[in-house]
Amino acid sequence: MGMSASRVPSEQTNASDELILHLTDQNFDENTKEGFVLVDFWATWCTPCRAIAPIVEKLAEKYNGKLKVGKLDTDENPLTSNRFGIMSIPLVVLFKDGQPVDSILGARPEQFYDQMIKKNIPELE
Amino acid sequence: MKRKVIIIGSGPAGLTAAIYAARADLKPLVIAGITWGGQLMSTTEIENFPGFIEGIEGPELMNNMMEQAKRFGAEVVFENATQVINNKNSRIVKTYENEYEADSVILATGATPRRLNVEGEDKFYGRGVSTCATCDGAFYKEKTVAVIGGGDSAMEDATFLTRFAKRVYLIHRRAEFRASPIMINRALNNPKIEVLYNTEVREIEGENKVSSIKLFNNQDNSEKSLEVDGVFLAIGHIPVTDFLENQIALTDEGYIKSDDGVHTSMDGIFVAGDVEDHKYRQAITAAGAGCKAALEVQKWLEKLED
Repeated sequence: MGMSASRVPSEQTNASDELILHLTDQNFDENTKEGFVLVDFWATWCTPCRAIAPIVEKLAEKYNGKLKVGKLDTDENPLTSNRFGIMSIPLVVLFKDGQPVDSILGARPEQFYDQMIKKNIPELE
Repeated sequence: MKRKVIIIGSGPAGLTAAIYAARADLKPLVIAGITWGGQLMSTTEIENFPGFIEGIEGPELMNNMMEQAKRFGAEVVFENATQVINNKNSRIVKTYENEYEADSVILATGATPRRLNVEGEDKFYGRGVSTCATCDGAFYKEKTVAVIGGGDSAMEDATFLTRFAKRVYLIHRRAEFRASPIMINRALNNPKIEVLYNTEVREIEGENKVSSIKLFNNQDNSEKSLEVDGVFLAIGHIPVTDFLENQIALTDEGYIKSDDGVHTSMDGIFVAGDVEDHKYRQAITAAGAGCKAALEVQKWLEKLED
């Protein structure tokens, strides 16, 4: 697996953050072109985005080795957010082979993301 | 473990109740929600909360209240409440993850942005239609947006969006704004903002994202189309009561019914803030209501022990 995503230090670096792919305009395609990837589109100025950061970290831990989980700062990577027509965040998108297949807009409880993942990837049930 | 009081909500009402309850040694549990902090988390500068000469950012004010409540021993969980069960001698609050029990509950769940209910709104929600200018404003650099509404939030959103957008239409269905004069003047004096009074949005149109809105002038009954890239709704809020499943008495407008702004139709369940208050809806009145609710809970618990 190509782990070429850069490791951007976050405010609180902890164990589960290490499991998250830090996606950029440069490495997005390479990291999402094959299989399923869950991507958290966020920005520093978006307060509800901060609220789901720990949930995304939990998901990364829970699905470690089974599903890639990444985050993309829409401010620093406008090309990718433009390409997918993203106009509202927080937005968590499930990609399959580079294409979005499902998404959740706004901050929701962990089990909502779980349900979306399992609905689209039954073998993770 | 049975607690003395559970506070549902973490806006100014919930956290002020938490500060007072914690200082009264009631060891409150705050069920803060995933997106905690309430409506002020999506505002910029708060200029009318007493004590801050130069104003304070909404999220910073809420962070301070949260830390203040924790300092006195409030316990906080970031979960969404799904159900309140009113038993004879205790109250159960369920969340997606857990179940908590207490003698009393303070409902401080506040209100959520109202939607227009026009065609195209659902389709483009998140793709050009937004209820959070501070979250999504930056996606509209050098674009044209419309803000719908006539209150303080609409004025603030329109003014905020001029940081990014090249043009902001402020669209209001009445002939006059109901916002405070200082907020109105700020918007009216901004050269990027153009106001359309007596104008209602009839439809939001586009292919994959918003490209225009259909407007209706309710004075001359004319219709026209206006090209915009985004629509920001600031047309008020509706109280959050869905998790209560009609057990508790509500007003016709859906607010929790209370004669004094604190007591509800159920003994042991109290209320505070915008989920009850249809009239003032200010951070400071919500905080005041949170204080009152915590004091009433304290009194109610003392009687329980007698």
